[in-house]
Amino acid sequence: MSETITLEVLRYRPETDSEPHFQRYTVPYRDDWVVLDALNHIKDNLDATLSYRWSCHMAVCGSCGMTINNEPKLSCHTFLRDYRGGVIRVEPLDHFPIERDLVIVMDSFMEKLSGVKPWLIPKQEKPLSDGEYLQSPAELNVFHQYTQCINCVLCYAACPQVGLNEDFVGPAALALAHRYNLDSRDGGKGARADVVASNEGIWECTFVGACSQVCPKQVDPAAAIQQTKISASVDWLKDLLTPGAHR
Amino acid sequence: MDVIEIDVAIVGAGGAGLRAAIAVAEADPTLTQALISKVYPMRSHTVAAEGGAAGVIKDNDSLDNHFHDTVSGGDWLCDQDAVELFVNTAPLELLQLEHWGCPWSREANGKVAVRPFGGMKIERTWYAADKTGFHILHTLFQTSLKYPSIKRFDEYYSTDLIVEDGRCTGVIGIEMRSGRMVAFRARAVVIATGGAGRIFPFTTNGAIKTGDGMAMAYRAGVPLKDMEFMQYHPTGLPGTGILITEGSRGEGGILVNKDGYRYLQDYNLGPPDPWPRKKAMELGPRDRLSQAFWHEQQKGRTIKTPHGDVVHLDIRQLGEKMINERLPMVRELAKAYVGVDPVHELIPVRPVVHYTMGGIHTDIDTATSLPGLFAAGECACVSINGANRLGSNSLAEIVVFGARAGRSAAAFAKAHPKPAAAAKAAEAAQANLRELFAREGGSDTVSSLRKAMNDTMESGAGIYRSEDTLRQTCGVLADLRARYRKIQLQDRSNVFNTDLIQTLELGCMLDVAEAMAHSALERKESRGSHQRLEYPKRDDASYLKHSLARYRDAGPPSISYLDVVITKSPPAERVYGGAAT
Amino acid sequence: MSRRPYVRKIERNWWLQHPRYVAYMIRELTSLFVGLYCALLAIGLVRLAQGHAAWDGFVAAFSSPPGVVFQWLCLVFAIYHSVTWFALTPKAMPLMVKGEPVPGKLIVGAHYVAWAAVSAVVLMAAGV
Repeated sequence: MSETITLEVLRYRPETDSEPHFQRYTVPYRDDWVVLDALNHIKDNLDATLSYRWSCHMAVCGSCGMTINNEPKLSCHTFLRDYRGGVIRVEPLDHFPIERDLVIVMDSFMEKLSGVKPWLIPKQEKPLSDGEYLQSPAELNVFHQYTQCINCVLCYAACPQVGLNEDFVGPAALALAHRYNLDSRDGGKGARADVVASNEGIWECTFVGACSQVCPKQVDPAAAIQQTKISASVDWLKDLLTPGAHR
Repeated sequence: MDVIEIDVAIVGAGGAGLRAAIAVAEADPTLTQALISKVYPMRSHTVAAEGGAAGVIKDNDSLDNHFHDTVSGGDWLCDQDAVELFVNTAPLELLQLEHWGCPWSREANGKVAVRPFGGMKIERTWYAADKTGFHILHTLFQTSLKYPSIKRFDEYYSTDLIVEDGRCTGVIGIEMRSGRMVAFRARAVVIATGGAGRIFPFTTNGAIKTGDGMAMAYRAGVPLKDMEFMQYHPTGLPGTGILITEGSRGEGGILVNKDGYRYLQDYNLGPPDPWPRKKAMELGPRDRLSQAFWHEQQKGRTIKTPHGDVVHLDIRQLGEKMINERLPMVRELAKAYVGVDPVHELIPVRPVVHYTMGGIHTDIDTATSLPGLFAAGECACVSINGANRLGSNSLAEIVVFGARAGRSAAAFAKAHPKPAAAAKAAEAAQANLRELFAREGGSDTVSSLRKAMNDTMESGAGIYRSEDTLRQTCGVLADLRARYRKIQLQDRSNVFNTDLIQTLELGCMLDVAEAMAHSALERKESRGSHQRLEYPKRDDASYLKHSLARYRDAGPPSISYLDVVITKSPPAERVYGGAAT
Repeated sequence: MSRRPYVRKIERNWWLQHPRYVAYMIRELTSLFVGLYCALLAIGLVRLAQGHAAWDGFVAAFSSPPGVVFQWLCLVFAIYHSVTWFALTPKAMPLMVKGEPVPGKLIVGAHYVAWAAVSAVVLMAAGV
């Protein structure tokens, strides 16, 4: 008999289950399969009622975040071979309500994301006919890392502060605000500060660092938040010394 | 059924849908909008595009160059008025993205950088490292958040267009998290739902690319155009089909067979210069490169792997620094999914289904034959891609024609009255769904029918097709469609029922697959990505025409033809390799 | 309709459920000892101001076995806190020179150098 591996998947069907419970599935073991392949095998061959989100299968669309053996991960980028001989426990991401099975409710994240005004607020508006805003590779380098976020929300699942205070704006949204604040074309830092530098913003972060550890794209939101803290403190001090001169 | 009244409904929130929504908001902020998508916008498959977006911006280039590359790349099946509009507008739209914050890669002087791409005579492909689609999508999504009139309906699966008195007046969708059906009553509707690569078994396309919008329009009587043209990208990773961008060849990567030989020189693409010569060798068009692979395979010069035959892509000569800077994702993907570090090793690649050239037939303003219905992006066929799309034209296409669709829809909405209540259409859609939920006794599963469809499309309508294989595929598809009508849901719940969604998606794919197979069967010539073994030559006398597949409820689609718009480039031989530069 | 999103409760011992949260809680705990030690030093200053007897009593308490144990504990925690904090500094204070990021090791190293220098100055001032 060919080799198999067991998945323990958290199931929750709100129409029939009062609370979530684990269900075991045994799937073929393949060296080059990721957890998502195993879930697709279950969906196609064992149990069509299992629900989860996925699309690109190449770690860029951000759909398939799940808790895999207690660790927030993209299931399309988590190989069975790293769990060979063991049981793989698959749960929905922490700190979000479970809609059904592995599908979480994303509403709060979407609101937080738009709350930080994550769009370019130009220092100086100029018409298209004047061509591009010049930006040197060095200037691009300053914020490039923070453009890499795929909104997979693994960082929200990892951050205990998100779990303890549901109003915390959270790592990905704050990192995105930082991305625009650092962009040489942008002048919107002041406009974003109301949300970013609020109690529910950067000051709710206690620098656990978990967000950066689980980030599949090395965005390092923890760094973004600490840098924002420093810059917000400097702005506050400047404002204190010369009231009204800034923003 | 809940009814939501709006001015413009946009189905699909990828690059084209988002760009359309922004265009509507900018055309008139008082117009109400529903941006409806079965996934959150940032999951849309635009996200996976890697290499770049074409637009003339450098002094050594001209709009005419871009025009001629595109038309010859499309084997003269492009509508030249549309191509002209496209090449003229692309630089402005890409610049607009820059003004919205897109992190384009730059030259030392701060100007936007461009890279060479397949079939392009001059380098004109704007790029953001090798995640261009990702950055375009996120830039558009984030920018869309600043327009209050763009109201999103995330994770709503659209099932039917509402058509009354010969006008499209809305769309019916299912809110996935509740199972609730909603009728969006709209003055104008834009479809921007992307392609249908999932019809094939081995594809770069994400799970969501199931041709839903194409099927919706098709069933509502709008023809699907040029569906026989399916692009195989020459460099996908074996097993997963993950795309390795053409940008890797634009930067100087080479393709070699099992003997380490740059085999493309044997297919009229030479000379094999050590540097990347434009429109030659590895920078030839995708159809030629994928076909060359097929021939190498016939000659036994490819490399056998458990996931099918491959050739090797070699980018080692670029060096670690350049790879990290310009192709970081290629490195990451190759390491993760095939265990190869391209800095030191060869990447195994094989042709993979990538792009649906055909789609919903639209005019140059993105209007379909159904008043009030517009379409843009991969789901549409405005005919700039012809028989073979050039790499990096599609990211430019989604913004050029996405914006145009938004403006057209806004103008249409303002010029037409609010539609009356659509009780009949809503009832019909609801009845269909109830019937599906109630159905008993089916023995087929979604996955088994899908697999059968995938297999027959690959064996019958792949890189090379023939009368026999296509007839067989058409027969299998007819059988699958009949069986599909009896399929039974395995999950009858309301909340986030992905069995239901996959079932509906399969229905869409089967309809679209049939349009592809029959269009391919009827086109008795070889042109671009459509290669018929028994008709190896292009036949302009009979087939310098677009095919139009029209839906018929019972039986296969009817196929008719429409003249290609030729303005300034009379059909000629496609020339690549040394002679082209 | 039939939606009924399930909200999982955060358990009181959430921080025991993953090593990185345990490490984080220890770091948080260390700040308590660093704070306590600072408070004791402040009390020492007050005692000094109150005169010789008060100061001697304070020193005696500090030199008693429990006092020594407490100071060792504080030292260990303070070192743990400093080391983990230094390790994080490249994130909080990244530097770019000529468009290239300064390696994290250099930033961390600079902190250790500064620490050593300040400690040397303090020890010299104390006449050790």
